Amino acid sequence: MDNILVAKNVSKSYGNYTALSSISLNIPKNCIYGLLGPNGAGKTSFIRIINQITHPDTGEILFNGEPLAPQHISYIGYLPEERGLYKSMKVGEQALYLAQLKGLSKTEAKKRLKYWFDRLDIGDWWNKKIQELSKGMAQKIQFIVTVLHEPKLLIFDEPFSGFDPINANIIKDEILQLKEKGTSIIFSTHRMESVEELCEYIALIHKSEKILDGKLSEIKKAYKNNVFNVGLEIQQDVDALMENLDKNYNILSSSFDGGENQLDFRVQLPSSHTAGILAELSSMANVNRFEETIPSANDIFIQTVNNKDNDR
Amino acid sequence: MIGKLGLIIKREYLAKVRNRSFIVMTILSPLLIVGMIVLIAYLTKINDNEKRVISILNESAFFHQEFKPTEQISYIHLDGIDLEEAKDSINSMGYYGLLYLPYGKDAETVAKSAYLYTKDNPNTQMTQHLEGIIQRRLRQGRLEKLGVSQDQFSQVEQPFEINLATFDGEKSVKGINEIKAFIGGGFGYAIMMFIIIYGGFVMRSVIEEKTSRIIEVIISSVKPFQLMLGKIIGTSLAGITQFTIWLISASLLLFLAVMLFGIDLGSMANNTNMPPGAMNEMSQLATMDSEMMTYAREILDIPWGLLIVSFFIYFVLGYLIYSSIYAAIGAAVDNETDTQQFIFPIILPLMLAIYVGFFSVFSNPHGPIAVGFSLFPLTSPIVMLMRLPGGIGEGGVPLWQLLVSIGLLIITFLGIVSLAAKIYRVGILMYGKKPTYKELIKWLRY
Repeated sequence: MDNILVAKNVSKSYGNYTALSSISLNIPKNCIYGLLGPNGAGKTSFIRIINQITHPDTGEILFNGEPLAPQHISYIGYLPEERGLYKSMKVGEQALYLAQLKGLSKTEAKKRLKYWFDRLDIGDWWNKKIQELSKGMAQKIQFIVTVLHEPKLLIFDEPFSGFDPINANIIKDEILQLKEKGTSIIFSTHRMESVEELCEYIALIHKSEKILDGKLSEIKKAYKNNVFNVGLEIQQDVDALMENLDKNYNILSSSFDGGENQLDFRVQLPSSHTAGILAELSSMANVNRFEETIPSANDIFIQTVNNKDNDR
Repeated sequence: MIGKLGLIIKREYLAKVRNRSFIVMTILSPLLIVGMIVLIAYLTKINDNEKRVISILNESAFFHQEFKPTEQISYIHLDGIDLEEAKDSINSMGYYGLLYLPYGKDAETVAKSAYLYTKDNPNTQMTQHLEGIIQRRLRQGRLEKLGVSQDQFSQVEQPFEINLATFDGEKSVKGINEIKAFIGGGFGYAIMMFIIIYGGFVMRSVIEEKTSRIIEVIISSVKPFQLMLGKIIGTSLAGITQFTIWLISASLLLFLAVMLFGIDLGSMANNTNMPPGAMNEMSQLATMDSEMMTYAREILDIPWGLLIVSFFIYFVLGYLIYSSIYAAIGAAVDNETDTQQFIFPIILPLMLAIYVGFFSVFSNPHGPIAVGFSLFPLTSPIVMLMRLPGGIGEGGVPLWQLLVSIGLLIITFLGIVSLAAKIYRVGILMYGKKPTYKELIKWLRY
């Protein structure tokens, strides 16, 4: 069993509004899976179905190979995008309550809470009320509550919103640690920077449909288009050289720094085969840079969404 | 599943009873209520203690024996001065009024030209008292002319009260129907107050969960229905706690107040807003021991066991119906100001039940309106309880009516709770929309 979660043709609509149309996904175990898409694409609807808050109209979800059922709730941890805590309740009491709702015993919950409070260095908050804490502090509590029952599958919906950069980093490290310990993680966001750092797999959802999914590195490979950035340190006349290059290659753009005798350009090659051009360039000048441009997740995201919209 | 429900109930209960305003209300309310009662009793007493002095300037040959001082009024007889002097002296002495009886050849003429002078508008009760005295004297005079002696007159004047009995021969007393309905009404009123106060708490608690955005965290662990049920039960347990504390502390305080200030609570009965007739007649008749016994027996005869069991059934079902509607409203809106349009339709049947109860059930506990409203599920918890002190079966509520009423209530309970749960389930995840009735109906189909 390699997949923690399998969705087969899951559809959901509210009245006339279609939230999900026939989504199929395989989420492998022990990885960070990015669920990407613009606002309103259907990410949250899908996540709510996994959490059994709502139920799909059609389709099937398998958790660890079994059809999703109420007893799986205690194996799932969910940090919703719309999150909060009881404002007038004390931190410790509240964390205990939420942990017990997830099926932990009171003593076990206390033990684990102590561990996490020490780990994140917030032990003295236990008797404070949530309304006395800042937003970022409350988010830390929220994070602990989500992971406390050591779920097999963690779902984070925009986990970094509300954190300052320092605390966002702490949380990111904790997420990576959890993955190291074998937890499978679904990471839903529309902010692409964090995707590059964290996710091994992604699925792109747009207007209720899945338009792309797979391993991030493979998707990137598929989306690269043999464009290379090249830097040459030249001795000869730059215009003659450029003319020569233009004849043989598809040069997309170029720039020349006369002081350093440095010529930079972007070139589109017919294939990913680079031996020929490298040999030729080496014979002409000193090659100090030669790298393939790999599209960022953001580029892929925008490109796919635009393509999809243009198709319609 | 049960464990989680227990956790939710416990949290809701503790959250409620630890709430500062809840604690303040719990402590303050009995103090306020008892304080009010003491104040009213005290004021009534002061009022009663004020003895009014009426001076009488009697230039006639009649009415000299008639005016005897009572607890409220004493009389001073003026002599040898004229009317203007009398008026002046009354003003300076601070007497309440001057009764002027001019000279006349007979009592009738004197009475016709008699005047009562007062500084302000005279007190109605006192005026009636004076009129009564004069009228009695006149009647006596008229009858004497017809040949009726004074002895005969006082025999004729014996007051009369009709004897009352039920068909099975038991002696009955006036006003007992009203008293019974009043006792039932007390139970019904308690249910209404409980629904309005604690239903509102349930609603606000749901709104708080929505606005603090914790709702999605929780319903990823428990079913929305469990949360709703836990909330309703937890809040009502807090409510029962509060009610019990109120009852105990208010009776203790009242007992203390009676001990300390020597307030005669019975004397207040005349002044409270009782149903027409009930208390007046009771206090007038209750002076007689046998009547008193009859009242006591009638009140003991009220089927208290039945009443308390039915109160429990109607209370639980009625409260669950209404508070689940409150919960659904709380889920549908984003803040409390949006709730108004939905609250009114809930309060309406409750108000109707109370008014119908007090007007219709009091006069005829088994008339068609009383029966109709005690069967209709949204009003039955209140109206049926007003009818029940009359007992079941002959002379009381027919058994079938009680069973149908409870049956309808149970069916309604199941229906309303499942509808409310649907609205709740959808509503708690909806933000930023001010819902309309149309929208709510749409949610039922999701």
